Amino acid sequence: MSKTLSFFASRWGIIFAGAFIGILAPLLQKLGNPANMGICVACMERDIAGALGLHRADVVQYLRPEIMGFVLGALIAALMFREFKPRTGSAPIIRFFLGVFAMIGALVFLGCPWRALLRLAGGDGNAILGLAGLAFGIWSGVQFLKGGYNLGRATATKPAAGWVMPVLMVVLLIFAIFTPQFAPGGPIFTSTKGPGAAHAPLIISLIVGLGVGFLAQRTRFCTMGAIRDVILIRDFHLFSGILTLAVVAFVVNLVLGQFKIGFANQPIAHDNHLWNFLGMALSGLAFALAGGCPGRQLILSGEGDGDAAVFVVGMIVGAGIAHNFALASSAKGPGAFGPAAVVIGLVFCLLIGFSMRERSRA
Amino acid sequence: MSEKIDARGLSCPQPVVLVKKAIDKIGKGEIEVWVDTVTSKENVSRLARNAGFEVSEEEKEKEGEFLLKLSKR
Repeated sequence: MSKTLSFFASRWGIIFAGAFIGILAPLLQKLGNPANMGICVACMERDIAGALGLHRADVVQYLRPEIMGFVLGALIAALMFREFKPRTGSAPIIRFFLGVFAMIGALVFLGCPWRALLRLAGGDGNAILGLAGLAFGIWSGVQFLKGGYNLGRATATKPAAGWVMPVLMVVLLIFAIFTPQFAPGGPIFTSTKGPGAAHAPLIISLIVGLGVGFLAQRTRFCTMGAIRDVILIRDFHLFSGILTLAVVAFVVNLVLGQFKIGFANQPIAHDNHLWNFLGMALSGLAFALAGGCPGRQLILSGEGDGDAAVFVVGMIVGAGIAHNFALASSAKGPGAFGPAAVVIGLVFCLLIGFSMRERSRA
Repeated sequence: MSEKIDARGLSCPQPVVLVKKAIDKIGKGEIEVWVDTVTSKENVSRLARNAGFEVSEEEKEKEGEFLLKLSKR
């Protein structure tokens, strides 16, 4: 067991995880997922919010089994390697709203950091603005970290607290399989057109999700952490994972004929550079303040981290808000109130960053 | 010079931030770090090795907690 442990923690382990996602995400697109959206934690949680009726954008409603797979795959890995550790209590309400605003920023850009990489790998030049914004947001977060920003300690808790998210995911999976109708017309809502209607077969999505969840738990794969570690401690360990993801996905896209270079008319994207940049800057700052990208937060919630679970729930609620209040972008550009929401989100994050700090104990 | 850090209960990247500050402060010497997740153990160890410190893992007070001893002469 110790040999596998050291492989997953090694440079080759994180590269392997990046390659695994880089191969499977474009394949999921080939098998039915929306373009450049083989895996997108933000979009997929948004679709789940829609399926549950938390928003009524009828083109983005589907219980994406990849998300359930991530949490349950991470749970399996954590149990196998004795890392399942129920813990909570590190400023949950702040983490909830960091999740809400992280999602709003992601839906102004139209994607989480994983999708930003996949969009780049598919030739979507707008992803460059998004990734630049992401890096800027994370850089801002690092300044707070250096200044003593800290959400405080979590404490170990009873197992039940750690099982809430995995059980919720099993329930969602059952809903995904049987799509029960709780009221005339739904929920459970399922898109019949648009991105929500585009999906790989459920069983394949689930298996890929489980595999990615397992690997990401073992390797600590994190897109936000990748950029943060480069800025904060000049460490390229996690970065080699996301670089591998982008390069491998690019090659797979070329092979599958899914590569289309340009800025205009990219799938499920808009080319408003300012708000692509600022949307992702908001997300990057919120991720940095919360300590993980959306994928990583899902994985942590599968390990029993109740604070990460609160962030995930915040993201799902944030998706509902983003679509109900005309904040989310569409192919035409930012939603009516998207830019205002990004500004409010940035102000919120700055207030949290400045106020949640420990005095130096020197 | 020696430093003691209790990073138990702190989530990523706080343990690394605290150890980084200690390394920057003392340059070389001994640092003792308590962590309570394997992820923190890996992250702190990687940071310390990159900074030229030797890392040894000491006794566990209770299940799931690790005392890391970092040293550089």
